[in-house]
Amino acid sequence: MTDRRRLPWGVLAVVAALAVPAVGSRFYTFLATDVAILALFATSLNLLLGYTGLVSFGHAAYFGVGAYTTGLLMKQLAVPFLLALPAAGVLAAVFALVFGFFCVRLTKIYFAMLTLAFAQIVWAICFKWNDVTGGEQGMPDIPYPDLAWMERLPWAGSLRTSDHYYLVVVVIVALALWILRRIVESPFGRILTTIRENPERAEFIGVNVRRHELVAFVLAGAFAGLAGGLFGIFNRGVFPDFVYWAKSSEVLIMTILGGMGHFYGPAVGALVLLVLNQQITSYTEYWPFVLGTILIVLLFVFPGGIVGALAVGARRLRRSARA
Amino acid sequence: MLDVREVRKAFDGFAAVGGVSLRVDRGQIAAIIGPNGAGKTTLFNLITGHVRPDAGRVVLNGRDVTGLSPHDVCRLGMGRSFQRTNIFPRLTVFDNVQAALIAHRRRGFDLLGRVGALYRDDTLAILQSIGLAEKAGDVSGVLSHGNQKQLELGIVLASEPDLLLLDEPTAGMSATETRETIQLIARLTRERGLTLLFTEHDMEVVFSIAQRITVLHQGRVIAEGAPAEVRSDPEVRRVYLGERR
Repeated sequence: MTDRRRLPWGVLAVVAALAVPAVGSRFYTFLATDVAILALFATSLNLLLGYTGLVSFGHAAYFGVGAYTTGLLMKQLAVPFLLALPAAGVLAAVFALVFGFFCVRLTKIYFAMLTLAFAQIVWAICFKWNDVTGGEQGMPDIPYPDLAWMERLPWAGSLRTSDHYYLVVVVIVALALWILRRIVESPFGRILTTIRENPERAEFIGVNVRRHELVAFVLAGAFAGLAGGLFGIFNRGVFPDFVYWAKSSEVLIMTILGGMGHFYGPAVGALVLLVLNQQITSYTEYWPFVLGTILIVLLFVFPGGIVGALAVGARRLRRSARA
Repeated sequence: MLDVREVRKAFDGFAAVGGVSLRVDRGQIAAIIGPNGAGKTTLFNLITGHVRPDAGRVVLNGRDVTGLSPHDVCRLGMGRSFQRTNIFPRLTVFDNVQAALIAHRRRGFDLLGRVGALYRDDTLAILQSIGLAEKAGDVSGVLSHGNQKQLELGIVLASEPDLLLLDEPTAGMSATETRETIQLIARLTRERGLTLLFTEHDMEVVFSIAQRITVLHQGRVIAEGAPAEVRSDPEVRRVYLGERR
């Protein structure tokens, strides 16, 4: 019963994103890469937050595991990107499986605290295991993947390596978002929403709630890992603060800001948060103060986030247009 | 069909259910009555696996289901509704029933399919039979209390149970809603050949449809039998019916 006459927003967004290096400056490509990767990270969190009703305070753990995995493989072992990136998703999924096994046994705030505890353990390991992770200093000089073949593409030939990498990021993120979208629109996705709405009732329609939560947790972890793998390369280095709780709260803020009730809410949240951050920090050093104010207003006036507010606005417009 | 043997459950030393036995035969309509705090809901929770009994057995269709989780018990053919209305409030009426069908038909881990029109006809058929077909697209949380209770019945039916456990199906309803709901339950039970066990506070309802009544008082069975027998039982009159003048 979906409305087929709607604009293909997804396709338009991808086309617009691919055009950024051609029309914008180097700075805009940089910002757009950041936005695309964090949009994937936030959307992966929303599989838990918005669809399953699980609040994770430790989602950065899987982002970080992915970043370290790809970074280590590409820098130390010279593994090609085509293997090193999927490895990030796989290893993050394994971590999510192990941690999730324990987390889904708890509910509500206890679940949240346990996700945080596991994430901080991962952070502590990354921070101290000097031989492998580089410890506090992190792991700089992660190489770009070999994208020389893109110079032969007629429209991308004249671009820089960072622009080439950006195009790769856009394609991978678009693909990952498409898969996530399919997941939330699958029968499995519908069952997740019943768990969000009423876990007790879900048990009584025959849903194995814990097992569904665990599968969702592993999937969310895997996509966060992919985002982390992409980010480490973009950032030209992987550092322990990728795993720190502040990173987990940043992605939580993006998701809530954009609206966790909509599939693209978190992506919009990532866009708005990063652009605002860039703009406002050029005027004032009190960015956290501004962010806090924005969040307070949003939570009270538009609890559905930016996309939630837009959806309400669009519905009103349509109704008044009809009247 | 259902055989409950000497189940017990104590919470912090308070014996909520103290050794209750109960049998419901296939096709029967049985009721559990008793004053507030008699242990009716706890007994239901013990039967459906929500709470594990301290002692005793629950046997469903010859199979020991004691201590199984609710989703396993549900899959074995026991459907349950709750005293406080228990639906998925931010999903549409259609989605509520469709989700129950997905869970029951074991498609819950299907990540590749499309949910859109899955089991559309079956979902609409159930909505038709509970009288909510016209509200299929409405968000269920904004329906009237009576409609939500009906929807809950629809969710229960979607798991195609043989045995229906309804905890106060008419709680909080007006007299008209109560009458309509009871007619609906009686019709569905008949049409689908279900066995029904329900708790109820409205005596008129109980005596109008139940074939067998069990009276609980302070966690124990004080009387059991056909409506007429129960009605004339002196103990029942003293502790329960007598209280209502």
